[in-house]
Amino acid sequence: MNRLRHILPFALFAVAIVAAQLCMRVTETEYYLTQLTMSLYYAIVVMGLCLLMGHAGQVSLGHGAFFAIGGYTSAVLTTHDFTRISSAVWPGWLEPAHLFVAKQDLYGGQTMTVSPWAAFLVAMVATFLVACLIGYPALRLRGHYLAMATLGFGLIVNKLVLASAIAGAADGINGVPEWTLGFGLVVSGKSTARVQNYYIACGLVLLLLLLLRNLVRSRVGRALAAIHDREIAANAMGIDTAAYKLKTFVLSAMLAATAGVFFTHYTGGIGPSEAGALKSVRYVALAAAGGMGSLWGVTGISTALNYFSLRGWFGSYDNAVFGVILILIISLAPAGPLQPLGHWLRRLLSRLFQGGRRPHGAA
Amino acid sequence: MALLEVENVRRSFGGLVALDRVTFQVKTGQIKAVIGPNGAGKTTLFNIISGLLEADAGQIFFRERSISGLQPYEIARAGVSRTFQNPSLFLQMNVLENVMVGRHNRTRWDFLGCCLRFPGQTKEEQSIREAALARLEHVGLAHLAAAPAGSLAFGQRRMVELARALATEPELLLLDEPASGLNTKEKQDLGNLIRKIRDQGITILLVEHDMSVVMDLSDDILVLHNGVPIAEGVPAVVQNDQKVISVYLGGEFQHVAASDKP
Repeated sequence: MNRLRHILPFALFAVAIVAAQLCMRVTETEYYLTQLTMSLYYAIVVMGLCLLMGHAGQVSLGHGAFFAIGGYTSAVLTTHDFTRISSAVWPGWLEPAHLFVAKQDLYGGQTMTVSPWAAFLVAMVATFLVACLIGYPALRLRGHYLAMATLGFGLIVNKLVLASAIAGAADGINGVPEWTLGFGLVVSGKSTARVQNYYIACGLVLLLLLLLRNLVRSRVGRALAAIHDREIAANAMGIDTAAYKLKTFVLSAMLAATAGVFFTHYTGGIGPSEAGALKSVRYVALAAAGGMGSLWGVTGISTALNYFSLRGWFGSYDNAVFGVILILIISLAPAGPLQPLGHWLRRLLSRLFQGGRRPHGAA
Repeated sequence: MALLEVENVRRSFGGLVALDRVTFQVKTGQIKAVIGPNGAGKTTLFNIISGLLEADAGQIFFRERSISGLQPYEIARAGVSRTFQNPSLFLQMNVLENVMVGRHNRTRWDFLGCCLRFPGQTKEEQSIREAALARLEHVGLAHLAAAPAGSLAFGQRRMVELARALATEPELLLLDEPASGLNTKEKQDLGNLIRKIRDQGITILLVEHDMSVVMDLSDDILVLHNGVPIAEGVPAVVQNDQKVISVYLGGEFQHVAASDKP
């Protein structure tokens, strides 16, 4: 029974995923899946924030920048021609490691780019280092230092991207190749691979949800909740609060960067707006709208709202809408709109069940 | 053998000297009490021993190893656990989870292992749960394991906090005013419980206002006045110490006598 309750949300989610795709196939609107896939990748960023904000109680206003670090690292490495460097520096025996991919460019010349898997690993290492650098000093202090540090960091990354020729300045980077994951799976924006990519994104989201749920319901999850609640008492109980906050921050930054890498390969490019402060604030708004600590709520709400946004429902008021959402949630329902709804549903259900049992009791 | 040695500790806040020249020892297996009027520096002393505050001068040794300057979590890992004057439970969790947090420093699995739920991790999780339940039974609150921590009465919160501190398997337990806010029956239970804890081999240092509890429980008493120790010894000796009577008990008696006048 208990096990069933743990599996149920995953099963429901899987059913919803398949149902959405089948509906779109029937109504011949399968092109909607493109935006849905993109919003699923964005949802991964918000899941990371859910862990950081909802569970460890630390605020980051720079997750857009981590998304961009992942995306840009991948984009630069997989599009830039490394012919000269690769032949000069890398010895021949590295060839079988598939670190580089040889290709013909438009003009028939030979180019050498980094393979997507290698680029992904570099992106992860880069994010890890940057997140440690930002988080280490900010998280040793109590209070809103992390929010301040990450806000400044996000602005810097945005300006750096805009100023760097290698990152394509204001144009961003285009022509990022597809990413062959293995097992016949390819992250690619081709319309023939649309359905497959939708399921890749769903699979990734489900996998990360499972891992994060395991984490939250464990010794580590309790330690994070303790830090969130009463940091001093948590420390006095033997929890290395600074280390736990840092690890959580780095983990959530790496989730954002993972999303950035997948997103960039999927859409074939990345632009400087992904690193913008407004994007980072949007992620925070989405985490708040999903109820901060609820992994399911956060994933569902952020996928839906980002989808509407990408479909252009909010028109040019896009950023304003997310600002309003943040204000409304914080002032009206700090625990997120889903929690009151959940309480209401549970009460309704229990009343229904009691209503069904009462005749037995009376008889 | 002295389990805890406090040597010449001094701490001031701005111009106010909260503790000065505080030196004492806690021997293994003792129940030792620190008493003194309000503002005598008792809680400051506790905060310094448990690492929440740093001393301006002086040294603290636990099992002959200096713990001055260590972080609170390092001191907790060394074997010193504490409760707070105002019970500081984690209110978002239930009672059992609160006590389970106390097992943190006795368990190992970290981020990766917990994400991937290795077999060893699930086993450890089970052992955490069992150990926490055992501590809850110890303080007599096992029936409240699933209750939200925020729903407990004040006295129960105290007990859960005690269970949480015991879950860390301390060698030295610091109790900050464990009897305050408890009724007479609860105070008796607390006294019995503290003795039981001592009989399990856990040394206890407590700060307390309630004289009946202190005199009844303690093997040894340290009296602080304005941050300076003025007397130390067994209850009978401290009770009859002239200085103690004049600054502490005497002050109280005079106060009572004055308010009794018509």
